[in-house]
Amino acid sequence: MSDEKQLLDDLSRQKYKWGFVTDIESDTVPPGLNEDVIRFISARKKEPEWMLEFRLKAFRHWQTLSEPDWQKVQFPPVDYQAISYYSAPKPKKKLDSMDEVDPELVATYEKLGIPLSEQKRLAGVAVDAVFDSVSVATTHQEKLAEMGVIFMPISEAVHEHPDLVRRYLGSVVPHTDNFFAALNAAVFTDGSFVYIPKGLKCPLELSTYFRINAENTGQFERTLIVADEGAYVSYLEGCTAPQRDENQLHAAVVELYAHADAGIKYSTVQNWYPGDEDGKGGIYNFVTKRGLCAGDRSRISWTQVETGSAITWKYPSCVLKGDGSVGEFYSVALTANRQQADTGTKMIHLGKNTRSTIISKGISAGHADQTYRGLVRMGRNAHGARNFTQCDSMLLGDKCGAHTFPYIEAKNASTQVEHEATTTRIGADQIFYCNQRGIATEDAVSMIVGGFCREVFKELPMEFAVEAQKLLSVSLEGSVG
Amino acid sequence: MLKIENLHAAIDGKPILKGIDLEIRPGEVHAIMGPNGSGKSTLSQVLAGNEEYEVTAGRVIYKGRDLLEMPVEERALEGVFLAFQYPVEIPGFANAEFLRAAVNAHRKHRGEPELDAFDFSRFAREKIEQLELDPKLLTRALNAGFSGGEKKRNECLQMTLLEPSLAILDETDSGLDIDALQIVAKGVNSLRDGQRGFLVITHYQRLLDHIVPDVVHVLADGRIVRTGGKELARELEEKGYGWLDEAVAAGADKEGRA
Ligand SMILES: Nc1ncnc2c1ncn2[C@@H]1O[C@H](COP(=O)(O)OP(=O)(O)OP(=O)(O)O)[C@@H](O)[C@H]1O
Ligand SMILES: [Mg+2]
Repeated sequence: MSDEKQLLDDLSRQKYKWGFVTDIESDTVPPGLNEDVIRFISARKKEPEWMLEFRLKAFRHWQTLSEPDWQKVQFPPVDYQAISYYSAPKPKKKLDSMDEVDPELVATYEKLGIPLSEQKRLAGVAVDAVFDSVSVATTHQEKLAEMGVIFMPISEAVHEHPDLVRRYLGSVVPHTDNFFAALNAAVFTDGSFVYIPKGLKCPLELSTYFRINAENTGQFERTLIVADEGAYVSYLEGCTAPQRDENQLHAAVVELYAHADAGIKYSTVQNWYPGDEDGKGGIYNFVTKRGLCAGDRSRISWTQVETGSAITWKYPSCVLKGDGSVGEFYSVALTANRQQADTGTKMIHLGKNTRSTIISKGISAGHADQTYRGLVRMGRNAHGARNFTQCDSMLLGDKCGAHTFPYIEAKNASTQVEHEATTTRIGADQIFYCNQRGIATEDAVSMIVGGFCREVFKELPMEFAVEAQKLLSVSLEGSVG
Repeated sequence: MLKIENLHAAIDGKPILKGIDLEIRPGEVHAIMGPNGSGKSTLSQVLAGNEEYEVTAGRVIYKGRDLLEMPVEERALEGVFLAFQYPVEIPGFANAEFLRAAVNAHRKHRGEPELDAFDFSRFAREKIEQLELDPKLLTRALNAGFSGGEKKRNECLQMTLLEPSLAILDETDSGLDIDALQIVAKGVNSLRDGQRGFLVITHYQRLLDHIVPDVVHVLADGRIVRTGGKELARELEEKGYGWLDEAVAAGADKEGRA
């Protein structure tokens, strides 16, 4: 067997390193979805009436929808009545500090290498850990609060900052947006809320680690980030999940709202359990992420490194409404085994002289299938708007696939859209050449892939860039026998 | 240092090499000439360990070891270097990073400390100057979009950086201008130290004016049909390969009787 074949076979077979289940008593509602379940969730969270109404409205709309089927992924139908929509780890008592967090929980994070505890926490990163659906620990809150930054579980923000939450929740991704957005609006249990006041450049990179744990529990996080005029924030999201036999649905919604001259940088490193080599047991990841550049000269930047999930369906998007606003999308997606990913972005140019950049790097190995789907829409009033799209695919072996669908709609003649695409196949020849120079196959692949992704990695905050490199190496680890 | 005995190799079940015998002693330069499709590149690929080619008979002893048993990297780290006739392109893989990885793999194998980016850059620049190459070569992606000549120059640079014990050059002079020819010659001659062996595959006498071979072989239809001194190359240049038909027929005949 040639090194290349060996590599590809092993790539398809490496085990998910972080598959383990934490045993914490869960407070879980029976599976199923109806108005009573939604009322239960809302009551458990002691939500105000408007929040319950928000959920019920979304639920009633959701009931009129059916799952989208236009994306290029295939999966068995999800039984939404077999999912439990609420699961919270039961705290043994009220938590006042990190020391009181369930040690088993902390141990889980440490196994994952997540720096939750003060000592281990990466310098300068405030961690809001979401375990299943409820946030259990928040650090740095005081320091941030002093500056007027709000960074807290959205369930708390509903109580503490109802006006802000009410004003912005659903303003970027309304429940009518799509099937999964409606479902999320109806049943979301927690997530993060961030508000950066006028003129403040948030000195810390805000970070949340999501983790799916209780069996059969769908995850419906809701993240809302608002940067007021002239504010700036960099937000990091990362996740890994334990090994499962049943597919788990994940349908998060992330909303970013940037006022005039504000900037939001949202980075994700995603490593959910992708399923075994036959594609069994992975996470279904159907996420709606959108940013609204509401004010003039605002900027929103999405950077994502995706290595996990059985099925990914996700298009972090920017609506460039303010004149001169800027949207960016930097993405690395790695699919192996039988993983499927249909990802990309949408750049909706509404304002004058808006600019967007799309850099998408897709890596496919094994039998994986990957689709880039990008939409660049130049609105009627988007005078002088410009987009640049670079869409590169790398194929490891000959059984995987990559597809590119760039959609361009231009309703204004003064706009400019540029698209470049390349496909590189790393085959036995390339590996042989590297081997002939004394470079081991594993090192060669890791360097080739690293080089391929460099443009995206350099957009990540330092800590995350390191993690992303690590993730890719882990994903390619043991790829040589 | 290299002893090839009765080497047979096939690709997709089709025999290409039909019994090669060749011995290179330390310090010797051997040239291999021969018509297109005679198996020259096949021989070089088999020696480097390309698994696309199946060795069906024979053996190869390199530095006292069974070369054919050694994995590709092991051969490389033990000093076997192949300058490819068609170097591959790897877009996005920075040439400097590739070269440093190669050099460091060799250093590590020899138990020497690895070079950091800074030290490597100094080392590489020195060699680039020595070969009078364009330093821009370093900043580009590995062979990606290189012209034919630039690729060959890059092969030459790699050889110079890795200082192999046995360098196999597969038509490194093809498609080169006169200046580049000098570069290849300089690369080889600067490595000649009485210990290193060279196997130079070429179609042209002009390269052998600069790299003077000790032995010249003519490969035809998977066999070495003639071996001689440096004057054989000149003779070939004058006479061409027409006379070979007879020799090949003789070889086939021999095979038929065996
Ligand atoms: N990968 C391959 N697949 C099929 N046939 C091959 C392959 N590689 C070589 N061959 C065949 O093997 C024979 C020898 O090829 P080889 O490349 O060794 O010739 P060569 O002597 O190097 O020729 P040239 O002077 O043109 O470089 C040719 O008939 C060629 O078509
Ligand atoms: Mg050849």
